[in-house]
Amino acid sequence: MNGKGRARSPKAPAAAIPQEEPAMCFDRATLAYGDRVVWSELSMTVPQGEFLAVLGPNGSGKTSLLRALLGLSPLASGSLDVLGGPPQRGNPAIGYVPQHAGFDRDVPLRGRDLVGLGVDGHRWGFGRLSKADRMRVESALEDVAAEPYADVPIGRLSGGEQQRLRIAQALVGNPKLLLCDEPLASLDMRYQQEITELIGGWSRDKGGTVVFVTHDVNPVLGYAHRVVFVVNGRWAAGKTDDVLTSETMSGLYDAPVEVLRVRGRIVVVGEASGAGFDIDEPHHFPEPKGAHK
Amino acid sequence: MIGQLVHLLGYEFVQNALLAGILVAVVAGLVSRFVVARNMSFAVHALAEVGFTGSAGFILLGLSPVLGLLSGSMITALFIGALGLRIRERDSVVGVVMAFGLGLGVLFITLYSRYASEAFAILFGAITAVSRADLILLVAVAVITIVGLGIMYRPLTFATVDPIVAEARGVPVRLISILFLMMLAAAVAEAVQVVGVLLILTLLITPGATAERLTAHPGRATVASIGVAMLATVGGILLALVTTVPVSFYVTTIAFVCYIGARLGSPVLERFRDARV
Repeated sequence: MNGKGRARSPKAPAAAIPQEEPAMCFDRATLAYGDRVVWSELSMTVPQGEFLAVLGPNGSGKTSLLRALLGLSPLASGSLDVLGGPPQRGNPAIGYVPQHAGFDRDVPLRGRDLVGLGVDGHRWGFGRLSKADRMRVESALEDVAAEPYADVPIGRLSGGEQQRLRIAQALVGNPKLLLCDEPLASLDMRYQQEITELIGGWSRDKGGTVVFVTHDVNPVLGYAHRVVFVVNGRWAAGKTDDVLTSETMSGLYDAPVEVLRVRGRIVVVGEASGAGFDIDEPHHFPEPKGAHK
Repeated sequence: MIGQLVHLLGYEFVQNALLAGILVAVVAGLVSRFVVARNMSFAVHALAEVGFTGSAGFILLGLSPVLGLLSGSMITALFIGALGLRIRERDSVVGVVMAFGLGLGVLFITLYSRYASEAFAILFGAITAVSRADLILLVAVAVITIVGLGIMYRPLTFATVDPIVAEARGVPVRLISILFLMMLAAAVAEAVQVVGVLLILTLLITPGATAERLTAHPGRATVASIGVAMLATVGGILLALVTTVPVSFYVTTIAFVCYIGARLGSPVLERFRDARV
């Protein structure tokens, strides 16, 4: 059942930078925590400069995919190459935007400091930022238009403003690969669009690769070159239009599932549950048969 | 009163006490910033109380109480670090270890009932009674702690305010957390000399909590935290010299006044900041 619905390798977009090597290459990769297999035999190659959306219900291993890329969760079997080498903890060519969790109101930290930690937070010692590093922080703040509130205590900022600073923090090191873990969660529609455009725009302009974990595909429909959909141990990867079809999704869930396109949005409806559900509401997905090994 | 103070400053024990007080203030001010940010008040309490047990045990064996205190809090730090790596279980692990540690303390005190004054000194602090040899030990521990915190300052800050991204960027978050517990144990052993086990939070919480109210600039907050700790310890030692009230009372009072002042003053500071922006 694994790999069912895997699409033919799509062509890289015309605007992408020269492709010496893929940004990432999973080869029959299996990730497990103890006996629990998160996903197995995942094979997928993502060329540099592409935008990959990682979809699936909660607990299906989307975050684990990022952890594998970060070198934080070793594979049980198979192989994974990231930017031409095995995953490596603290790889400076990888930027990371976490789920928006919100800072405590009183945390003594300004946006500028958060971005600064992206430059030197991993280095030992007391050290102050050098002049060149301070310029980098400044230009990263500029890129996300966060200068007006860069000196305000970060806990006083709105969710969207905090997320902009997070993106500046991730991009200040000039990465080649940007990993985003549900960066839109708990943001309203307007901020979702702004944040997606910041990330998609960076990829377009700089030729950087994006891995974007989201439970709702709709905000990234205009950006994603391809998607990987994971459901308890199974997966399907390929172009968005090839994966998000009634046929592929029904195969993944092993139950009749219909994928509808309504006014430019994608809605997934499962007949098995007898009720409509949407990718927005992953907990309404039917439990796939034989998912636990 | 001033003349009396100047006269007293000529004594070696006074100089020793002030030197120890200054070092303790730097250590406590630095550490308390992270204790506040990492929500570790309970751990501080446990380290101090089991430190008391260590102290009582060492006195029983005829060894240095300062060394005993340090050993007690270090062993506790190791236990908490080994058993409570996950945030979720940390509080209960601290409670479990502290309860057992204090139980041992009861045993040691019962076995050694003759020197109650020494137990009192550990509980409430007696910086002016610290011996020369203990003072050297205190200075050495303070220097090691300050250097250690200096080395891990940036990754510790990163791991404290932004643990998920810190881990993703390759910061060894677990190792940092255990190393910080060791530094904290050393800081506790230091601060106990000034204010004692029961009043430890006045030096390991109040300065950091006060600093947070004054500024959102991390560097300035650290300086402010050290400043408050310094004012409290040095001010407390000097005031205690010219009166008959113990050091701990003055230290806790000065620290408390600073905190209340910062709470009352922070809305004013904020208005000033907003006016500038």
